[in-house]
Amino acid sequence: MSKSLKAICAVAATTLLLGISAANAGKYNLGRKALPEEIKAWNTDVRPDGQGLPKGQGKVSDGETIYNEQCAACHGDFGEGKDRWPVLVGGKDTLKSDDPVKTIGSYWPYTSTIFDYVRRSMPFGNAQSLSANETYALTAYLLYMNEIIDDEKFVLSDKNFTSVRLPNEKNFTKDVRPDTPTQAQQKPCMKNCKTEVKITGRARVLDVTPDAKKE
Amino acid sequence: MTNKIKPGQSESAASRRTFLKGGLAAGGAIVAGATAARSATPDKAITEPHEWAQTLGEGVDARPYGTPSEFEKHVVRRNVSWLTATPESSVNFTPLHELDGIITPNGLCFERHHAGIAVVDPAKHRLMINGLVDKPLVFTMDDLKRFPRVNKVFFLECAANSGMEWRGAQLNGCQFTHGMVHNVMYTGVPLKYLLEEAGIKSSAKWLMPEGADASGMTRSVPLFKALDDCLVAFAMNGEALRPEQGYPLRLVVPGWEGNMWVKWLRRIEVGDQPWHAREETSKYTDLMENGKARRFTWEMDCKSVITNPSPQAPLKHTQGQTVITGVAWSGRGTIKRVDVTIDGGKNWHTARLDGPSLDKSLHRFYFDFNWDGKPLLMQSRAIDSTGYVQPTKNELRKARGTNSIYHNNGIQTWHVRENGAVENVEIS
Repeated sequence: MSKSLKAICAVAATTLLLGISAANAGKYNLGRKALPEEIKAWNTDVRPDGQGLPKGQGKVSDGETIYNEQCAACHGDFGEGKDRWPVLVGGKDTLKSDDPVKTIGSYWPYTSTIFDYVRRSMPFGNAQSLSANETYALTAYLLYMNEIIDDEKFVLSDKNFTSVRLPNEKNFTKDVRPDTPTQAQQKPCMKNCKTEVKITGRARVLDVTPDAKKE
Repeated sequence: MTNKIKPGQSESAASRRTFLKGGLAAGGAIVAGATAARSATPDKAITEPHEWAQTLGEGVDARPYGTPSEFEKHVVRRNVSWLTATPESSVNFTPLHELDGIITPNGLCFERHHAGIAVVDPAKHRLMINGLVDKPLVFTMDDLKRFPRVNKVFFLECAANSGMEWRGAQLNGCQFTHGMVHNVMYTGVPLKYLLEEAGIKSSAKWLMPEGADASGMTRSVPLFKALDDCLVAFAMNGEALRPEQGYPLRLVVPGWEGNMWVKWLRRIEVGDQPWHAREETSKYTDLMENGKARRFTWEMDCKSVITNPSPQAPLKHTQGQTVITGVAWSGRGTIKRVDVTIDGGKNWHTARLDGPSLDKSLHRFYFDFNWDGKPLLMQSRAIDSTGYVQPTKNELRKARGTNSIYHNNGIQTWHVRENGAVENVEIS
């Protein structure tokens, strides 16, 4: 082999090596670059600021049709939730009560969560079957059922999506645990900690344990 | 003193005398006598031949993948059917009262699914990393197994474990009150390695793991946690993940609530803000008495429970030498100490921790004592390596009310009656 050919081979080999490392900059050189079509297929998540929303739109009335056909069997005609299926509508002013009803209208902080969840997880047993327009329509109808929007001619789209805010958004706070007396500074009591102990509650009063034998 | 059996003397008689002597020395003569009295007539389990001592058992080909003895058929996960609308989006519970040590057998790890158990072909499974990275990447399972891997034991606890007990004692059995926890050894790749391979952009602060099942489970995980100790695991207790635990790949988020440990993991998106997915807004937020809700309550607080005796595992004797045992864990480190009371908290005794003490893992404790046969009010109280002391249920209610559902790590009370039966109670 001539010197020039060797040089060409050396350059080619170097280029090849550089090519490999350029294709993957990582330390282990494992995996391959994800193609745009692949990312598009899976990257359907939507954030509160609207990032990830697909182009499209949907009417309240179209959403009602989809809801009645694909959602009402579990969630009920009015979003009241059949049996133990999730309640979607109502619950206003119940969060401080003994029976809080956590719905889209009463509890959920962001509209984007409805769109994102419906598109990835619903309908139950037939997930990821709704188109972008159908998801907009269904989201619009759920907002309408919850009286977040009151115009039945409303059309929800990627353009106006972030203008629709949910009323409970401001009522979410950060984690402040530990929030109990951790007794880190004082040693927990070991001897003569109480003078009297009384039983104040018993599980068998309710008797909801599976397979529990009644005494 | 020798305990040898003399010629002509039965073993049971010799052991009875030895037992009596020992019992008297320990002040437990009555108990030892009661035990010995049962062997006054010869035990047929000894004097009559058993089938298994005379005939051949099955050969080595009969059980290519071994299962527990047929006498252990009752040791199973159990569902509380009234809790959820359908078993495909439901939970079952680890039988803690049937287990010992710290490792949960794979087939007994509690399950929580949102769209049933996905059956994923590993040859068709991919893990994608996209978003704020220099280079979005796709890995096959074979690719992942070429990274340096590690083995770590971690507990996984559902944030709703003990959630049915906020308003008072409700379920009779630690399987139901505390069984949404398991503890296994994971084999996997530190998530940090995968993220470094893709190259994280400087604006990145959050990750969104996503499942491949029909719920497409997503959560927002802060980047600092991912870079600290998260794993992408493909094995548990030495074998491939079980389908119900996310086969072939799951995220491991040590010490943090189980819902974040996304199963059937197919994608990790890198971003600069949290996504506020359904499972971190509508669910897994902790509603306080004032109507406000805490979000991103990730860490699992220090907690313990006595697993034996407990309502499903009553005492079979009425007095004498007795073992109280249970498990303790903390999402913030190791367990430093567990105290046990048998008189409802008047007096506490430091329990014996036995077995490995690992970071963010179950710890096993024992309290061995001589039961006088009177009713007991048993509790356990764990203290972790940060000095956090497990609170009472009333301390939690005082701080949070009773609508929280999640993160109930209060001290559990079991009432043991003279006959050995045990009930879930609350005390003053």
